[in-house]
Amino acid sequence: MNQINNLRGKTAVVGLAEAGCGVTPGWTAMELMATAVHDALDDAGINLSQVDGLFAATAFHSMAAMSLSEYLGIRPKFADGSNIGGSSFLAHVITAAIALETGLINTAVIAYGSNQRSAGGFKTISEPMPYESDYNPRMPVSAYALAAQRYLHEYGAKKEDLAQVAVSARDWALLNPRAYMHDRGALTINDVMSARPIVDPLGKLDCCLVTDGAAAIVMTRSEKAKDCKSTPIYLLGAAMEHHHRMISEMPDLTRTSAYESGQRAFEMSGYKPSDMDTIQLYDAFTINPILFLEDLGFCKKGEGKDLIKNIGPSGNLPVNTSGGGLSCVHPGMYGLFVTLEALRQLRNSAGDDVGKRKEGGWLKNPKLSLAHGNGGVLSSQVTNIWGLEDTL
Amino acid sequence: MSEILTDQVGPEKQFYDFLSDGKIKIQRNKNTGEFFFHPRVAFPGTGERELEWVEISGKGIVHSSSCNRRLPEKGGDFNLSIIKLEEGPCMMSSVVGIEPDQVSIGTQVNARIDNSGEKPRVVFDVVKG
Repeated sequence: MNQINNLRGKTAVVGLAEAGCGVTPGWTAMELMATAVHDALDDAGINLSQVDGLFAATAFHSMAAMSLSEYLGIRPKFADGSNIGGSSFLAHVITAAIALETGLINTAVIAYGSNQRSAGGFKTISEPMPYESDYNPRMPVSAYALAAQRYLHEYGAKKEDLAQVAVSARDWALLNPRAYMHDRGALTINDVMSARPIVDPLGKLDCCLVTDGAAAIVMTRSEKAKDCKSTPIYLLGAAMEHHHRMISEMPDLTRTSAYESGQRAFEMSGYKPSDMDTIQLYDAFTINPILFLEDLGFCKKGEGKDLIKNIGPSGNLPVNTSGGGLSCVHPGMYGLFVTLEALRQLRNSAGDDVGKRKEGGWLKNPKLSLAHGNGGVLSSQVTNIWGLEDTL
Repeated sequence: MSEILTDQVGPEKQFYDFLSDGKIKIQRNKNTGEFFFHPRVAFPGTGERELEWVEISGKGIVHSSSCNRRLPEKGGDFNLSIIKLEEGPCMMSSVVGIEPDQVSIGTQVNARIDNSGEKPRVVFDVVKG
């Protein structure tokens, strides 16, 4: 445990960028990803030649870290292309922190890119699941629907409760000019409930967007971070856990491994859920934030359906303040965008220019943020806790 | 270390071979009697290798269920459920013989082998009465 705690505050993100969020016909996933990398390095004031650690995963490249390093023209001393779904990048943060702290590398870049919307729609490289594929599930939505049905059954939640998550996400997107649905107006509970049904109880507006988009962050050791152009955001806690790959193997459909990842990440950070000023959760479907708020310890099991009434801009629990995967951007593996928003809220708080938002879109003086990634079918869970310098 | 036995096939093929013979069998731990699904070469979590195949009772309870919406020309709506078998493990399946959106969690169901597709699969009927 001591060894793990040694990661607290030892590394920081010093650059970030996104590229091509929305629709970018004529651009490849690699071109978008590389653009995000160069922009993130510019943001940090670090030269490409200094990058000696590279971390990447996409649904377009079987060996993403190698393809990206070739494209960039660099020779990483350490690379990790592990793919555990949409949470991969939050896990890369852990590996990067270890590699930086042990001196294997000095500058890490974590990247992702997708042009799925322009290239024809939802893109996956997932193989059909053995045994389950006999029943033609539509993955991943069928799996999340089964978890949602069980949640509604066990805790007396209603479809309206799920809909509230989509309504709040849209309300945040209306404040964020970068959000894909920024100009599409507010949603009502009824809009969400009457949208085309996909897999009960989830309708079209309970499901994340299908967009293009790329993102990248730059990490370095904390002592070096102070010399960079942007305000360093320090990694205070990080942990992951996963159990199943198939939804039929999930031990409890309403309890994810976020319970374990969250507990260990908070323990490393020295903070508790109520200390978080902003919470960014992987919202592939409306059931996700409800489960994650419960599992991460923001409320008891079964109370997430009530807590989500407060997660919009007018509430007191700012969740998914960019508009999330439901209303901001979702190029297939959304994890790095969860991280980007957790970092941006803190950067803005420190006075960095990370873009304009409407009144209320930037939170007032947040110092601590939580980013939580989910991968597979409520499978891999990774929690990162970030803070400004005075939270160290 | 145990050698891969060349006189038999792996557990996945064995499972489907049993289905082709009209039997629904799952594995259990020989020492503890604990059942598991899906089929594996060793008991999940402990790695115990002494396993045996046992024919299931077929009784189960709907643990979760959802109607997958699909255009009529592509086959129409269908049911996808997670069934908790009497023996303990869960499996993905489809509850048939009922409207796909009318399957309630907690319903008692019975397994049977559906041979209408390319390969046999286990589906479940609602227990009447």
